[in-house]
Amino acid sequence: MATVQTPPGPGEAGGGTETAQAEALAPVASAGQPTGLPLGGGGGITGARSLRRMGRAITSNRKATVGTALLVLFILVGLFPGVIAHDNPQAEIYPRSLSPSTQHWLGTTSFGQDIFAQVVWGTRPVLLIAFGVGLLATVVAMMIGVAAAYLGGGWDGTLNVITDVLLVIPLFPLLIIIGSYLHGAGTAVMIAVIAATSWSYTARQLRAQALSLRNRDFLNAAKVRGERPLYIICMEIIPTMTSLLVAAFLTNALYAVLFSSSLQFIGLGDPNVTSWGTMLYWAENNEAFQTGLPLWIIVPGLCIVALGAGFALLNYAFDEIGNPALRPVRSMRRARVQRAR
Amino acid sequence: MRFVLRRTGFFLLTLWVALTLNFVLPRLMPGNPALAIIGKFKGGISPQAVKVLEAQFGVGTHQNVLAQYFSYLGNTATFKFGVSLTTQPGASVGRIVLDAVPWTLGLVGVTTVLAFILGTGIGILAAWRRGGALDGLMPPIFVIMTVIPYFWIGLVLILVFGVKLKLLPYFFTYNFSMTPGFNLAFIGNVAEHAILPAFTLLITTIGIWILTMRNTMITTLAEDYVRMARAKGLPGHRIMLDYAARNAILPNLTGFAMSLGFVVGGAILIEEVFNYQGVGYLLLQAVGNDDYPLMQALFLLITVAVLLAILISDVATAILDPRTRGAG
Repeated sequence: MATVQTPPGPGEAGGGTETAQAEALAPVASAGQPTGLPLGGGGGITGARSLRRMGRAITSNRKATVGTALLVLFILVGLFPGVIAHDNPQAEIYPRSLSPSTQHWLGTTSFGQDIFAQVVWGTRPVLLIAFGVGLLATVVAMMIGVAAAYLGGGWDGTLNVITDVLLVIPLFPLLIIIGSYLHGAGTAVMIAVIAATSWSYTARQLRAQALSLRNRDFLNAAKVRGERPLYIICMEIIPTMTSLLVAAFLTNALYAVLFSSSLQFIGLGDPNVTSWGTMLYWAENNEAFQTGLPLWIIVPGLCIVALGAGFALLNYAFDEIGNPALRPVRSMRRARVQRAR
Repeated sequence: MRFVLRRTGFFLLTLWVALTLNFVLPRLMPGNPALAIIGKFKGGISPQAVKVLEAQFGVGTHQNVLAQYFSYLGNTATFKFGVSLTTQPGASVGRIVLDAVPWTLGLVGVTTVLAFILGTGIGILAAWRRGGALDGLMPPIFVIMTVIPYFWIGLVLILVFGVKLKLLPYFFTYNFSMTPGFNLAFIGNVAEHAILPAFTLLITTIGIWILTMRNTMITTLAEDYVRMARAKGLPGHRIMLDYAARNAILPNLTGFAMSLGFVVGGAILIEEVFNYQGVGYLLLQAVGNDDYPLMQALFLLITVAVLLAILISDVATAILDPRTRGAG
């Protein structure tokens, strides 16, 4: 809960709830709260500039490098699963419950499916959900947050109350309830449901950021120039939020991975989709540990952790870049020495 | 106090939204879920239960939606949650829920307090020994710890300590062969069954406390009053605890008040993995059995717990930190 680092947005009500809830809902995000990369006051160019700065950051920060490497690895696997695993992940064509061998690197399930093929093919739906929710939730949050700040008045009040209410309703139980009415949510439904329920935290951050800009000169200048509201929102306000948006995307994607895997694990996903969460569901229901197939549970879980770590490390790295106080001491010293030269 | 009134208003509003979600969700879904259950358990449901279903999901009644809505609100306000359909057919939902609550409160409550105390302590030390081994190692490790799905850690612990080493039990809240009673053997058995789930919860939640405490503490350590304390030559532990930590702990304290609200519904998957008879396990049983009345009551309970905790933490913050009062 990085309250101290957060410039309090004007007109923020009930500081307690907002920060405490942020803490509870998004522990990683709290490390990645308003990353406030030094954004400067400029308009349109800021976006491109801070993106370039992020590019440089990825290569110079070790956490960012590891995070990026993990993500790239999984994206490649998700794009070309057929190149890596030739087996059909669903086909129950092998002897059951085999131990790992050169033919079956991770053995086979108690249905006779190749576990390695399942892990490889299971990457794609997870990534689709992660990126789908990351994008969708961030866009929804952006529209609602910026609209609330820009329109002000009654609109702001209404949107704010909706955001706050959604923020405090316990998300995972809500997702379980929705999932149980749906009876087997496929990838698209999963994306829609998770995104529809998890945008509120980001919306709040973005609204605060937009509010803090309200009286800045470059916005007044745009108004005086006679720009239309849509232009001001898209070309002047949103580019200043690039770093916040990236952080929000990473957090939402991470939570989508965890939420969807958990839902699939308890059998609320579509059991016919091969995905890490559904693998865990089938493995637990067939007592994989007790029947000597630990890899059936361990490997998909490790994949979830690795993918989640990719998102979290990137987010954490961006936070360090934005808030130098959090950087490891040694590298700070090195930077100072370099600057002195 | 205007602030408290406003927060209470918000509390009531959110409660109403949760109630309405309970009412609206099944009606929004493609194909009425209640019809599906009645079909599935043809004749297996008591007439009384069918009546409950009718009231709650609007099947086969001639009331319009609005009348159904108000009778649903009325029932909930008077704690009439109906009877369980399938989990324990015919039993009162309120009774079933009340039986599960103590198990969850015991397991998750104790673990939450433990995680808070340990995590805050480690966070203080990590920030104080800035650049030390603890400080360098902790953040990346705990960032990764917070991305591990709870249930998967539980599964791995089961594999290591339960299946392989056969050290600890990992099924149910106590040994089936024992009769529950207030004696040492039974309590010991319950405690033994709680170790693995508690440990799972501890290692997955402690990271948040460490990270937030460390980060706020670092900011506090740069304050002038800390420098002043150093200049006065105060002993290190006094500066660390009385000057820096005392001022840095507020966010962690409000976070702690909040997390108490998540005690009731925060360990759903851990309870599931260990078949621990708490609220979360019950919720998933209700979900698995399409026991909608039980499911709705549990969702409401979990939401109310969270809301109460938020209300309390808001008020506590306002009392502890006068600065937040102005904003509200």
